Amino acid sequence: MLDTQASESTTEMTQAKISARNVQVFYGDNHAIKDVNVDIEDKTVTAFIGPSGCGKSTFLRCLNRMNDTIDIARVEGEITLDGEDIYDPKVDPVQLRAKVGMVFQKPNPFPKSIYDNIAYGPRIHGLARSRAELDEIVENSLRRGAIWDEVKDRLHAPGTGLSGGQQQRLCIARAIATEPEVLLMDEPCSALDPIATAQVEELIDELRKNFSVVIVTHSMQQAARVSQKTAFFHLGNLVEYGETGQIFTNPRDSRTESYITGRIG
Amino acid sequence: MTVPSLFLVLAAMFIAGFFLGRARAMKSGGGDIRRLHSLPFYYGANVSLTAVIPALGALIAWLLMQPLWIEAQVSELLPPELVEKAGAESLVMTDIWRVAGGLVAAKEAGALSQSELATLSTETTDIRALLGQFGVALAADVDPAVLEAAKASIDLSRAAATWMAAVVLTLSVGGLGFALWRTDKDYRARNVVEFGVLFLLLVAASIAILTTVGIVLSMLFETRNFFSQYPWQEFFFGTTWDPSFSGRGGASKLGILPLLWGTLYISLIALLVAVPIGLFSAIYLSEYAGKRMRSLAKPAIEILAGIPTIVYGLFALITVGPLLRDYFASPMGLGESSSSVMTAGLVMGIMLIPFVSSLSDDIINAVPQTLRDGSLGLGATRSETIRQVVLPAALPGIVGAILLAASRAIGETMIVVLGAGAAAKLDLNPFEAMTTVTVKIVSQLTGDTDFSSPETLVAFALGLTLFVITLGLNILALVIVRRYREQYE
Repeated sequence: MLDTQASESTTEMTQAKISARNVQVFYGDNHAIKDVNVDIEDKTVTAFIGPSGCGKSTFLRCLNRMNDTIDIARVEGEITLDGEDIYDPKVDPVQLRAKVGMVFQKPNPFPKSIYDNIAYGPRIHGLARSRAELDEIVENSLRRGAIWDEVKDRLHAPGTGLSGGQQQRLCIARAIATEPEVLLMDEPCSALDPIATAQVEELIDELRKNFSVVIVTHSMQQAARVSQKTAFFHLGNLVEYGETGQIFTNPRDSRTESYITGRIG
Repeated sequence: MTVPSLFLVLAAMFIAGFFLGRARAMKSGGGDIRRLHSLPFYYGANVSLTAVIPALGALIAWLLMQPLWIEAQVSELLPPELVEKAGAESLVMTDIWRVAGGLVAAKEAGALSQSELATLSTETTDIRALLGQFGVALAADVDPAVLEAAKASIDLSRAAATWMAAVVLTLSVGGLGFALWRTDKDYRARNVVEFGVLFLLLVAASIAILTTVGIVLSMLFETRNFFSQYPWQEFFFGTTWDPSFSGRGGASKLGILPLLWGTLYISLIALLVAVPIGLFSAIYLSEYAGKRMRSLAKPAIEILAGIPTIVYGLFALITVGPLLRDYFASPMGLGESSSSVMTAGLVMGIMLIPFVSSLSDDIINAVPQTLRDGSLGLGATRSETIRQVVLPAALPGIVGAILLAASRAIGETMIVVLGAGAAAKLDLNPFEAMTTVTVKIVSQLTGDTDFSSPETLVAFALGLTLFVITLGLNILALVIVRRYREQYE
């Protein structure tokens, strides 16, 4: 823990990786996110917690403009990645998503081989000059996704044939393969059993060395285990944001305390 | 008792059975539906169904069997020399049915009494003139043996009708009585009705299957007749289609290859038109179009599917054909014919667009949104996502849709008659007139036909070949769809 705190104190000095200012999200007439301000740090795991429908997934999807794919969604306010406004008309959302990768709630491997699943992003973005380089990217990504040993003998078998936990780690490896700077995870363990969950959590801790990870979770234990920073959302508001330890042991807001102790949500 | 009146009686039994059964169940439960095993409706339905279904089954079976039985009985009466003279027993039997039909009509109109009918003979009455008054025109005078056979068949059918009514009514009344006797507050009417429903569904499903089997068998028998008169090597490998009808003399050349070539060539052009356009419009509708655009465009495209093919044929004949000839074929020196493979292919392609687009649209929509999100989340553009993730996932269904369209193209007739003409030719030039298997089936079976000559029977061989090809395509489509379906589940 000492080590973690040391690294946090240094990152606080530097600029935040992602910072959101006065973000509002509307789904049609429904005001889903109200006035959210948050600074997400580099090389840190940030957890978004809160009851269902509180807007944590919606906010997460703003960070790589996935809400653009929903016709009725409208985002206001300012979100910057490394100081650059990601909603600026000059920004190409497709390029942005290559920098801000995403892992979804349900494992969604493409109906292709394991190899092609991982090679998908690098191929699209032209990251490999040769077949050998692509092989290397695939192997490295699978290793960093902690699934290499399980699939190295069947790289050309369909990705959909893996178990749920393996599929999710495959999807994480797939997201890593495009070398993103930030990795967004939307309840990545909700469809997994406890063993697969433990593997994915271990992986998330590993990923922190290279990426800024933002994870939405329903499980407060999971937030406490994997994150250094925690944000609590309630009814579309960001209620409290701070060190994970502080949020769970000494919450400042009464709503946070009620949620953590199980009285609401 | 006539068949319609039997149906009326059965309908009455059905209604009466329902109320009787329900009333009896209510009485046995003391008027309290909580004490019944099933709802009163089920008791009524049970009695109704037991009263009607076996009787109806017997009625239908009887109606199917009766003509066969009478024919067997009557043909024993026929002297062999008569059959020899006519050439085939079926021709004599046709005569007998016509005479018998005429006599019954005469009797019903009051021109003949029962006793007159019994004593009717070719020596005392001009049967041909008599039947002529009742709309039955005969080619020659009636042979005494035929008249006797006709009279015998009338007697037999009258007797059979009486027996049939007796059997059907007995079954119906018996069924009603049996079901009523069993009706009791503890009787599990609901389960029995459930079984009855299952039976009905099973019958419906087997009718569809049996019909297919029947079609195949009838084609198979006629095809066998054809091949007993015409060598199969020449049919399957002959490159000339030149039937000469028996009146004109000379041997016919009945090679299927020119027809098959025309069929495949036209279908190929039709698919080259329909597949890209249909698929792209499906992609646009399912991936890009907004809700309002979709709600307008989808029905508009599907209207194409509702246009009768003869109307497409007219379009081909008066618009597309001359247009292609004047602007493409003539200037390029490829032909002067307005009916051409290209005309029929283009118009047929337009006809097939809604098949491809509508089915593909449904299939693309069935690809889970999570796959699209996954691809977009990796920084892929929309078209990259469609090309590399959505289409591969939807491919089996799309292939199925295309093969279905291909079956339609192969079986299409009207557009070909009006668009491509009726000349059987083996040619590569798409601006030549050609024709297809279906068109030739029609032309071999229209006009004066003689069902013992190979020129007519060839139609069945053509039909069976076509059936085998489209069946093969459908099976291929099924296999492809099955094999790859589970990939994204």
